[in-house]
Amino acid sequence: MITEPAIAVSHLSKCYHLGVISRKTLQDEVRYWWYRMRGRDPLRHMGEIAPTWRHETANTQFRRGALESTKREEQSLDHSADPNSFWALRDVSFDVEPGEIVGIIGRNGAGKSTLLKILSRITEPTEGEAIINGQVSSLLEIGTGFHPELTGRENIYMNGTILGMKKAEIHRKFDEIAAFAEIDEFLDTPVKRYSSGMYVRLAFAVAAYLEPEILLIDEVLAVGDEQFQKKCLGKMQSVGKEGRTVLFVSHNMGSIAQLCQKTILLSHGKITQFGKTSEVIERYLDEGSTANSEGFSVPEDVNKKIYFSAIRSLSKEGKSTNSFKHNEPITISIHCRINKWVSNAEMGFYVVDQRGRKVFTSSNPLWRRVTHGYDTVSTSVIIPGNILVPGKYFLTFAIHLPRIEYIDLVSDALCITIIDGGSAFSSEQGNDYGCVFVECEWKLEGFN
Amino acid sequence: MIRTRIRPNTSWFSIDWKEIIEYKDLLWLLVQRDFTAIYKQSILGPIWFVLQPLATTVVFTVIFGSIAKISTESLPPFIFYMSGTVLWNYFQGVMNGVSGVLIVNAGIFSKVYFPRLLVPFSLVVSNLGQFILNFLMFVGFYLYYYYFTPANIHPSFWIGLLPLLVIQCAAIGLGVGLWLSALTVKYRDLRFALPFFSQLWMYATPIVYPVSLVPEQWRWIVALNPMAGVVELNRFIFFGLGSVSQDILMVSFFASLLLLVSGLLIFNRVQRTFVDTI
Repeated sequence: MITEPAIAVSHLSKCYHLGVISRKTLQDEVRYWWYRMRGRDPLRHMGEIAPTWRHETANTQFRRGALESTKREEQSLDHSADPNSFWALRDVSFDVEPGEIVGIIGRNGAGKSTLLKILSRITEPTEGEAIINGQVSSLLEIGTGFHPELTGRENIYMNGTILGMKKAEIHRKFDEIAAFAEIDEFLDTPVKRYSSGMYVRLAFAVAAYLEPEILLIDEVLAVGDEQFQKKCLGKMQSVGKEGRTVLFVSHNMGSIAQLCQKTILLSHGKITQFGKTSEVIERYLDEGSTANSEGFSVPEDVNKKIYFSAIRSLSKEGKSTNSFKHNEPITISIHCRINKWVSNAEMGFYVVDQRGRKVFTSSNPLWRRVTHGYDTVSTSVIIPGNILVPGKYFLTFAIHLPRIEYIDLVSDALCITIIDGGSAFSSEQGNDYGCVFVECEWKLEGFN
Repeated sequence: MIRTRIRPNTSWFSIDWKEIIEYKDLLWLLVQRDFTAIYKQSILGPIWFVLQPLATTVVFTVIFGSIAKISTESLPPFIFYMSGTVLWNYFQGVMNGVSGVLIVNAGIFSKVYFPRLLVPFSLVVSNLGQFILNFLMFVGFYLYYYYFTPANIHPSFWIGLLPLLVIQCAAIGLGVGLWLSALTVKYRDLRFALPFFSQLWMYATPIVYPVSLVPEQWRWIVALNPMAGVVELNRFIFFGLGSVSQDILMVSFFASLLLLVSGLLIFNRVQRTFVDTI
């Protein structure tokens, strides 16, 4: 008997309409119709500004068009011609066999979350189809549906049923869940009185006891203290061993490498590689070195309370660059926009080398001094010279509430190259002599 | 084995009832949550469930009964207003609750999938609980007026129709609420218009006045308002008076049905991709 794939995705595409000329209020709608009635469609007009792009997308549509009805094609053309639309996913196809744990990696905006949202039925694709054989649970967030006024006990039931468990099933596992969360004595306290750590543990415990045939996970391991994270990783691994299929989106190459045999690399809404995890991670890191030479910037993001709007690496003279001599200090200038102030937020970053090793992490509570009422914050941070050995490095930045949540996370926002400017190891170039230069104190204690 | 097919859905009539039944545990938990969470940390707690309609009735009695002296067709104003208020409150509770479903729960809906129609349904049920409490209060006053005052009260044997009236009330509230919920995703203005709109609707419904006060040539407008039929029929079955014509009832019934079905369809259509625009 041939087994069907657990997840079969074919030609999946998703188009979003960006809000440049969105019709959010009745007033806008009326204005829009007024323009159309007078023969001037503001959307169409916008489309004509970018004729080359329109041409290009029209061509690709033409090639695919043979399979689809004319009406559908027209519809797609409309999407493409409209510069306010954006294809988060474009013609994505892959199969996942039962029992496989597959990772999904890619830079911010590559379409990872969109893919997961479609597979977990939160939104619908614009085109294409996915077939899922088996009972699915998706964890795009932990603690979904938690109500602050309800007790821990009530929330376990609430959250569990929202995630698709039956009441009887939760009842059976209840003691185990409570024990896993380590909150026994607070079971009948409203969760609003919980410490944030307890809250996260409770939320995780419910998720950990899901027993679907197929599990879709998005970066939920990014919260909680480290010990607890390990416990959860262990639980996930046992999930895989029990023959469950897992699709796992993460920025953390370490946990991807640890958990997944196969990995999908997405970039700009398309699959660039699907294969052995180690190879895919290598390619991902490699791509990063060319992609981010200009630094990182995003125009606007209203969905995040605080977000990085620009991150650049600068030379000592203040010139934007991404290659540095090993003994040169690296200045990183960071601009953030604030939609809603989060007190006690901290900013941090970590540095990963080309082999995927995390070299160091730096986090700073400097921000605690910033209070309400600001729209932007600029920060600069200097990595002193004579620390990083020559090679390529990837810098990931985060604004976070330590151990509670990530407010914004930009993985591999910067890629910098350290060139040997005449170090003591210059003759060792190409050899792995470590991740950092350390000025050790050597003392000759005498001869005998 | 469960097989899920995910694709752009073009059909309007694709409500998966089987799936909704599978999630019935969640439905009950949502109802329970509504009940336990609403008045937590308030001193009077569940007493608020009956205090609100009672206060409204008293205000109506003073303003429309004693000051404006609007006819209540030989009935004591208090019980006349209460009969309408109790039903209206149920309808309004459902409509207001359901109209905010997509906006209020956007956070949950954008993180996890479950049949989204469950939330409106849970509101119908939890408001029904509240209605039953209100109704018991009404029955208390009703019996008092019936036995201890010479009030002109003649219960009709049509009183058995009451459950149907309550269902119709829920259907109208749900139908209109679903429409509003779907529209609010696109037009946020509606959220601000809703309190105003529901108040206007209340005055357009014969709650503080009997239909008999409406001039003959304007009766057809009353007939178009499905809640008018419900409120008038309710008065007829409890007090044995009122001007209930078959035409009004038929129109009211079909209007309710139309609202409910179209509401379900439009909501189902919008909920599929609303997280993209929210």
